[in-house]
Amino acid sequence: MSLELTAGLQKRSFWNNGRVRGYALQALVLLILGGLVYDLIINTANNMANRHIVSGFDFLWRKAGFEVSFSLIPYSGEDNYARALMVGFFNTLLVSAVGIVVATVLGLVIGLMRLSRNWLASHIALGYIELVRNVPLLLQLFIWYRLVLTPLPQAKDAIAIGSVTLSNKGLTMPAPVFGDGAWMVLVGFFVAVGASVLLSRWGRRQQEVTGRKLPTGMLSVLLSVAFPLLFLAAVGWPVSFDYPVKGNFGFSGGMTLVPEFMALLLALSIYTAAFIAEAVRAGIMAVSKGQGEAAAALGLKPGLAMRLVVLPQALRVIIPPLTSQYLNLTKNSSLAVAIGYPDLVSTGGTVLGQTGQAIEVVLIWMVVYLSLSLLTSGFMNWFNARHRLVGR
Amino acid sequence: MSMAYVRDRDAPLRAPPVGTAGALGWLRENLFSSLGNSLLTLLLAVAIGYIAWGVLDWAVLRAVWTGADRAACAINNAGACWPFVWEKFPQWIFGFYPISERWRPVTAFLIGAAALVPMLMPGLGAKKSNALFLLVVYPVIAFELLAGGLFGLPEVETTSWGGLTVTLVVAVTGIVFSLPLGILLALGRQSSLPIIRSASVAFIEIWRGVPLVTVLFMASVMLPLFLPNGVSLDKLMRAIVGLSLFASAYMAEAVRGGLQAVTKGQTEAGLALGLSRWQTTLKIVLPQALRISIPNIVGIFIGLFKDTTLVLVVSIYDFLGIINAGLQDAKWAAPQTANTGYFVAALVYFAFCFAMSRYALFTERRLEPAGRR
Repeated sequence: MSLELTAGLQKRSFWNNGRVRGYALQALVLLILGGLVYDLIINTANNMANRHIVSGFDFLWRKAGFEVSFSLIPYSGEDNYARALMVGFFNTLLVSAVGIVVATVLGLVIGLMRLSRNWLASHIALGYIELVRNVPLLLQLFIWYRLVLTPLPQAKDAIAIGSVTLSNKGLTMPAPVFGDGAWMVLVGFFVAVGASVLLSRWGRRQQEVTGRKLPTGMLSVLLSVAFPLLFLAAVGWPVSFDYPVKGNFGFSGGMTLVPEFMALLLALSIYTAAFIAEAVRAGIMAVSKGQGEAAAALGLKPGLAMRLVVLPQALRVIIPPLTSQYLNLTKNSSLAVAIGYPDLVSTGGTVLGQTGQAIEVVLIWMVVYLSLSLLTSGFMNWFNARHRLVGR
Repeated sequence: MSMAYVRDRDAPLRAPPVGTAGALGWLRENLFSSLGNSLLTLLLAVAIGYIAWGVLDWAVLRAVWTGADRAACAINNAGACWPFVWEKFPQWIFGFYPISERWRPVTAFLIGAAALVPMLMPGLGAKKSNALFLLVVYPVIAFELLAGGLFGLPEVETTSWGGLTVTLVVAVTGIVFSLPLGILLALGRQSSLPIIRSASVAFIEIWRGVPLVTVLFMASVMLPLFLPNGVSLDKLMRAIVGLSLFASAYMAEAVRGGLQAVTKGQTEAGLALGLSRWQTTLKIVLPQALRISIPNIVGIFIGLFKDTTLVLVVSIYDFLGIINAGLQDAKWAAPQTANTGYFVAALVYFAFCFAMSRYALFTERRLEPAGRR
């Protein structure tokens, strides 16, 4: 009798055992996922065979045959698809990087304005944030594109200041052409960076000893401009300029910042700045009021107290949401496709349309955006770790 | 020993110094507290006045209010071109939906609104059946009304849907699919089973790492390759599938935030009472977690609503798409036509999103324990 009871208990406890159930559930999920993936692969293979699509990345080396309106690296229709995608990739990077800088500055200003004791300033900031956050980015992009493009004249009556011209083809200016020895610019720049680091250390020591603050920041900026120029002059100025030549329909030569770039940059940075402003506000409000009061009691002026006491502490709260805003901006730059700025998605779309290699192109997109995301969040995590409160 | 000098009643209150109370005091304190502040106030007032006057001047004073075609709006120095809006507005709402059948989207919208309003009011009960109706029954009714085919309703192809109708259809189906999927993913991410956890994490992080435009491209060009022979989804459905999967990853993160905010003691108490793990999750943890994440879920819904505009890149004509397409109409080609169209689009999107964000704020305030803030 008692033996039977124990056996019954054991039998029940086998299925009631959490671990056994866990394994069973996982095996089931694995089976379903595996079946799904298998089904997808079989279907895809069948469909591709039916449509005579050959998979693989060989198409990348075929001639692209389409032009792009804006490129950081030399490119023409004679180049292959891989290079066209590279052009798109660099354009994405350019607009994201510049956009991140502009959005951060603007967001900081708006966020501080939102906290201002001036009623008008804080309510204008509030209005900005509410307005910008509640209108779709794509619509804002269309609006900026129109606003940027409308007042600009045709290329033939472009507004010209010297050889810099502004027209509906964009902002055209002479492009620097670097000859042999131009790498000395980089050398000069790195020397300047090294010198600036030493200078700021020496400046800090001087401040600790004498109590006077030296203008090391200004000097560093000066150095990083002067050194590259000096180094360049030392090797005989191997830089010339390629001047744009006005044709019937636009310009040839030189370099042109297309209006699509300006519109995308404006839309992205104005949109993201609203979110950054909210993050900045939340971060500063998270710093206890006593910190600001203590700084004031020590005799720091409001601006200095904000810069030296409040902001560094707020940074810890701000950085995580800031990171996700940077990632959003980078991803949102793909809206370029709607106004024809040749970013990665836009050029990739053209490649996809011409070759029909949907899976490969989508894979390239995913890999690039995922690695950009990982790189950005990795960098921000490192930055965050540096600013984290040291555990006591 | 008398204490004659002790005052036994309060001294009469003195009036505050001139200029520190009332409207003048408010102005002094909030707008003109120092020289720099006064300058800032004046500068900003001039700027905001300039902008406000510009908008008013354009939208009302210089605007053209009546007319039959571009001739009315193409005059010199004209402002907004309103007759363009009057003519196109029905199309912006219904797309190319047959005119005789337009009562169907209207009915679907009214039923939805009637079910949604009591859902949003915290005082009213029956939330469970209300939610069940909104998430399960309503989508079926609304789809039947819009697509037709049964009960003698003539069929309307999704290719002729458009305008605000499509925007709402995409947004509502997006949330109906992404909410349950997001909850499952969030639970999966919290699970102690390694395979389920890593599958959920991979799913969430991949969708969150790529832009929506590529997801929509993928849904429109790759989904047909994935489906077995003979099965096909129309363009609108493919876009909805893409958007729902994309939104479910964000939804999962919002729900995860809620799950993490429910203290561990709740789970332990549930288990101690003899509830199984599933019962504890479904009856104790999840209801609390969902209530906490309402503001974030509404936030994601706002994002989803704004993101519906991106279906334009796979040539589906939602509200913005159809306005944008209408600008090409030669009949209305005038300098201010596009600005007017975008102005109306911005107003409509703003009205929807602003209302939602106010609601999120309202629930957030309600959830906050008294005394904080």
